[in-house]
Amino acid sequence: MSEQSGNSVLESTLTSAQAEISHTLPRLGSPAPSFEAITTYGKIRLEDFRGGWVVLFSHPADFTPVCTTEFMAFAALVPELRKRNVELLGLSIDSPTSHIAWVRNIKEKFDVDISFPIIADSNKEVATLYGMLMPGESNTETSRCVFVIDPAGVIRTMIYYPLTTGRNTDEIIRLIDALQTTDKHGVATPANWKPGDKVIVPPPSTVEEAEARVKAGYECADWYFCKKAV
Amino acid sequence: MACINAHGELTESAQKILEALEQPGSAETVAKLTSLPLFRIRSGLREMGEAGIVEMNEETYSMTERGRSFLATKE
Repeated sequence: MSEQSGNSVLESTLTSAQAEISHTLPRLGSPAPSFEAITTYGKIRLEDFRGGWVVLFSHPADFTPVCTTEFMAFAALVPELRKRNVELLGLSIDSPTSHIAWVRNIKEKFDVDISFPIIADSNKEVATLYGMLMPGESNTETSRCVFVIDPAGVIRTMIYYPLTTGRNTDEIIRLIDALQTTDKHGVATPANWKPGDKVIVPPPSTVEEAEARVKAGYECADWYFCKKAV
Repeated sequence: MACINAHGELTESAQKILEALEQPGSAETVAKLTSLPLFRIRSGLREMGEAGIVEMNEETYSMTERGRSFLATKE
């Protein structure tokens, strides 16, 4: 094969790979892919959540122990999430009947109400749209994915956990608080930030702003590293 | 949210939504009146629209004659 034709093949392969990635994987800062899906609360469209935040999350399968612990942990978050204008939306590749039976079983065995909808993604449509299937782990079960979608329908966070590891739901609340603080105050949040901690003032982008920054009264370690209370 | 059950009656949440539409209103107003999450109201109103129980004019929903007959049956 000549170098030129080899390059063409490579370019063509890259183009199709890029197209595949852009088709199957959502991106931070991009609109969340639209869908209409059967859930435990009937047919729901992503657009039904517009104006509020959504945490769309997948679990591997109903009636499995780690997922059951996660669902009870997610259910416990609902009051705190609603205070923040956030709704939960679960998903797995199971039927509506399986979801309903599992939710009823969780109520019966653990006295926990699952008060958020769960997508019955039997045809893998939404899972494929959001890249929730990891062939290296399983072709039939979605991994433990979390997508935080903002009131404008933009993906703000994506988290992927393996099948074996249950999620830390406190982190989801912390993350929502951080994102909402960023939106409200135009700031960033440092490592391990929690509400009440000081936030990061975005670094200046010009020399003039850098000079002004030093005199602005923030708590600065240097011109690029300033914090303030909000 | 299925709005009509196997017996041909309104489901509990559809009943709540319809009662909140005694006066025409937006999905947001219905959500406040019923204390149901807005996403459930939007999906519910869509299904009730498809079933001919409510109709939408711009952003305002109102009960149809069929919707009124469902409520009358309940009373």
